[in-house]
Amino acid sequence: MISLAVPENLVYSRPESLTSVHNHYCPGCTHGVAHRLIAEVLDEMNVRDHTIGVAPVGCSVFAYNYFNCDFVEAAHGRAPAMATGIKRVLPDRVVFTYQGDGDLASIGMAEIMHAAARGENITVIFINNAIYGMTGGQMAPTSLPGQKTTSSPNGRDVETAGYPIRMAEILANMDGAGYIVRRSLHDPKNIRMAKKAIRMAFETQMHGLGFSMVELLSTCPTNWGITPIESLTWLEDHMIPAYPLGDYKVSEHLAAIKF
Amino acid sequence: MARELLKGNVAMAEAAVRAGLEAYFGYPITPQTEVLEHLSARLPELGRTFVQAESEVAAINMVYGAACTGTRVMSSSSSPGVSLMMEGISYISGTEIPAVLVNVMRGGPGLGNIAPSQGDYNQAVHGGGHGDYNMIVLAPSTVQESIDLMVLAFDLAEKYRMITMLLTDGSIGQMMEPAELPEMRPVVRKDWDWATNGAIGRERRILSSIYINPPLEEETNLRLMKTWQKVQANEVRYKEYYLDDAEFIVVGFGTSGRVALSAVRAARAQGIKVGLFRPISLNPFPYAMIDELANKASAFLVVEMNSGQMLEDIRLAVRGRVPVEFYARLGGIVPFPDEVLSEIQRVATTKLNTDQHPRDAWLARFTAQSER
Repeated sequence: MISLAVPENLVYSRPESLTSVHNHYCPGCTHGVAHRLIAEVLDEMNVRDHTIGVAPVGCSVFAYNYFNCDFVEAAHGRAPAMATGIKRVLPDRVVFTYQGDGDLASIGMAEIMHAAARGENITVIFINNAIYGMTGGQMAPTSLPGQKTTSSPNGRDVETAGYPIRMAEILANMDGAGYIVRRSLHDPKNIRMAKKAIRMAFETQMHGLGFSMVELLSTCPTNWGITPIESLTWLEDHMIPAYPLGDYKVSEHLAAIKF
Repeated sequence: MARELLKGNVAMAEAAVRAGLEAYFGYPITPQTEVLEHLSARLPELGRTFVQAESEVAAINMVYGAACTGTRVMSSSSSPGVSLMMEGISYISGTEIPAVLVNVMRGGPGLGNIAPSQGDYNQAVHGGGHGDYNMIVLAPSTVQESIDLMVLAFDLAEKYRMITMLLTDGSIGQMMEPAELPEMRPVVRKDWDWATNGAIGRERRILSSIYINPPLEEETNLRLMKTWQKVQANEVRYKEYYLDDAEFIVVGFGTSGRVALSAVRAARAQGIKVGLFRPISLNPFPYAMIDELANKASAFLVVEMNSGQMLEDIRLAVRGRVPVEFYARLGGIVPFPDEVLSEIQRVATTKLNTDQHPRDAWLARFTAQSER
């Protein structure tokens, strides 16, 4: 028998806050990355068993299957209202929503704006991939001008279909917001920055500093009709110019928070 | 507690507080706004939750979230606002969690007006939101009954894990009459085995109305039906007046039942053997009692402040054995007792034509009378 003298040095494993199941996301989709980042943050903050997540309607409708914490499933766009109901009666719990661009920036516009205006102590993870994924690639409120989708087959015509909505910029104007940033998931450096932002968003909630949102630019190779690698490049080349990365609102009280 | 002069809406709100209401989410709309106003002062003073939502859509979804944690939660609105809540009502029903709602009905459809109506009977009793679901619907006819049913609503909602709605109207919501409030109950947040309140020392829980696999959805639909059978068996509520020797039976709920009672008393004074049957639980509906009464009575008169929505349920129970007549005022108009008395006299003294649907017959009579 050969004995392995090499000491075990585990450097990577599944976060406790993620369940051990296969997800339904398409190959190359960045939902999986976003899920893992949230789970790592919940683990690091040791709040998994104090956390209640609110899943949206859209591609991440089954998010509740993938996080190892209590979860509820909202109606389309209503996650911030549902999260408000939970957080107000359980203020010592960590409450977050996970929403796509159709859910948050179209049908749920009123709920997200007012949750931010009220300064609800909830954290919102906003996945912006400029398209409706679950229903098969229709135009989203964040689709780019000229972007071809199944409901804008000739490309989004801003004359008739309007212009993309920049949610981070809009929500940063809300006095109730404590932390509003935009990050991207297209390469390792940006993924690391995204994780830090997610941590800061949850810290904002833990410290009672108001509404927090991390907008994550994400890919949808299936509905964009390109390969996963091409998607990462397309995101960098087309989405980042339209949706500049950066910190749009950071409460001054967050400067003192170290982790 | 002593009897006090109380406004219906305020009485309902305070009764909810005393029944252990922990959180209220609502939006102003006449004629229910006093519920929201009363709770906006009362709940924060008790360290409980009050949020004025941005819309009824948001309010019902806040209720949905808070209900998932197992706290006693409610919202209130009036007809157009309740229409906006239908999405959340369906989701809450599909998730099988308790919540209490109040609809202080007003004239409609559309923006209608702010006067009392009973036009939302079908919406409340026969659905309104999508999918197969039921909610318990209770109809008070006095301020005191509003208080008593409000307290009961929370217990029923929790017992059956479903929405209980108080279906009242602008008349009862706005009127003041002497009533007695219950003692303050302590707030008890029960640790329900379904509540999503953080997975501390237990497996995680999911609350959802999604069953993507049709056999699981069917299983859920069947479970909801079986729960509803229990409600039907145990929670039918009604009140009978002068029915022992009644030849003619007036049926009305809420305000129309209350007005009809005055008319029945006046008719009794004239020697007409008439009684009143007033359903309190509109869902579950007291079909069995109407069925039984149809064996003894010679005719029914249904009085509503809508176009005959409960009338269809009465006809279902009577099954053509005796004539069912109809009288209504709509549009936010409350009938006078004299109008109902005339109808009782007509039913008691004329040969009733059963060829025509009672709604059509009433509409023809009413139109002819108005044009006179």
